[in-house]
Amino acid sequence: MNNPLYITISVLIMIAVTYLVRAVPLVFFRKEIKNRWFKSFLYYVPYAVLAAMTFPAIFSATGNLSSGIAAAASAVILAFFRRSLLIVAAGAAVSALICELIIAAV
Amino acid sequence: MLGYLAVSFAFGMRVCALGVPWWLAGLISFTNLTSAGQFAGTNLFLAGAAFAEIALTVLIINSRYFLMSLSLTQKLGTGFGLFQRLSASYGVTDEIFAVAIGKGGKLSPRYMHGLILGPCIGWTAGAALGGVFSSLLPELVVSAMGVALYAMFIAIIIPPARENRPVLFTVLAAITLSVCFEYIPVFKILGGGWSIIIITVAVAALAATLFPVKEEETAGE
Repeated sequence: MNNPLYITISVLIMIAVTYLVRAVPLVFFRKEIKNRWFKSFLYYVPYAVLAAMTFPAIFSATGNLSSGIAAAASAVILAFFRRSLLIVAAGAAVSALICELIIAAV
Repeated sequence: MLGYLAVSFAFGMRVCALGVPWWLAGLISFTNLTSAGQFAGTNLFLAGAAFAEIALTVLIINSRYFLMSLSLTQKLGTGFGLFQRLSASYGVTDEIFAVAIGKGGKLSPRYMHGLILGPCIGWTAGAALGGVFSSLLPELVVSAMGVALYAMFIAIIIPPARENRPVLFTVLAAITLSVCFEYIPVFKILGGGWSIIIITVAVAALAATLFPVKEEETAGE
């Protein structure tokens, strides 16, 4: 966080790209995409992105591999049983915390 | 509303723990109004990535909004001039799109603006609050809360992967590649943003080729 100009430009790029992706079709297009492959591609993008962003990053999110693994395992199990977003997040954080406390105590 | 607050709160906590001031977390949330896209972008500038890497990553991650905006054009009622189209563009998110498409009849500019207002407030306030809290809570708790945003991503992808084989394939393939990119030294040359771009494009393209989706399934996440 020590170069304000670099960060300002980065944030402006994020804003501009995100806005243009949404605005270009709304302003310029009046027809729907018919191509089935392209529609399928865009349908799968969120799943691929979220999966790739989460694994293996979650393992190192606490700075400690074992609490990261404990959190990931809890989240996968809770999500598998269709718990809400909040429960899954809280369960993962509590697992990580318990794991860290055990490590600190040993 | 609670969902928005929670996700953006986790975003704020995470990026502030990585060194972003709370007001910038709120500002990024307010101006981007996305989840994965703004998180990836923030991670990249914290790592000192090239501008092209940031732009392309945000473009690919948010590419689905292109399709959503495109289908929204079919639902716009009279009263959508250039200004209304420009302002509605700001609020095309997964949730707002799902509600707008699910509403019967045509959309009015008033309806769209009303629909955008709540998530906008929740998203901005949540990120700023998360940032403030991360500086107040003990370090051990902040570090444990660092997993919350990832856990929410897991909560979004696992239930559909349970029911839908192609989605399960997409998730597992992306995880496998992502782990390989992280731990196999050859791929280490690529920055974090590039590997997410490559994985996303490759896996989504493969899934689209192997499992083309039927018309009605493409409407949302």
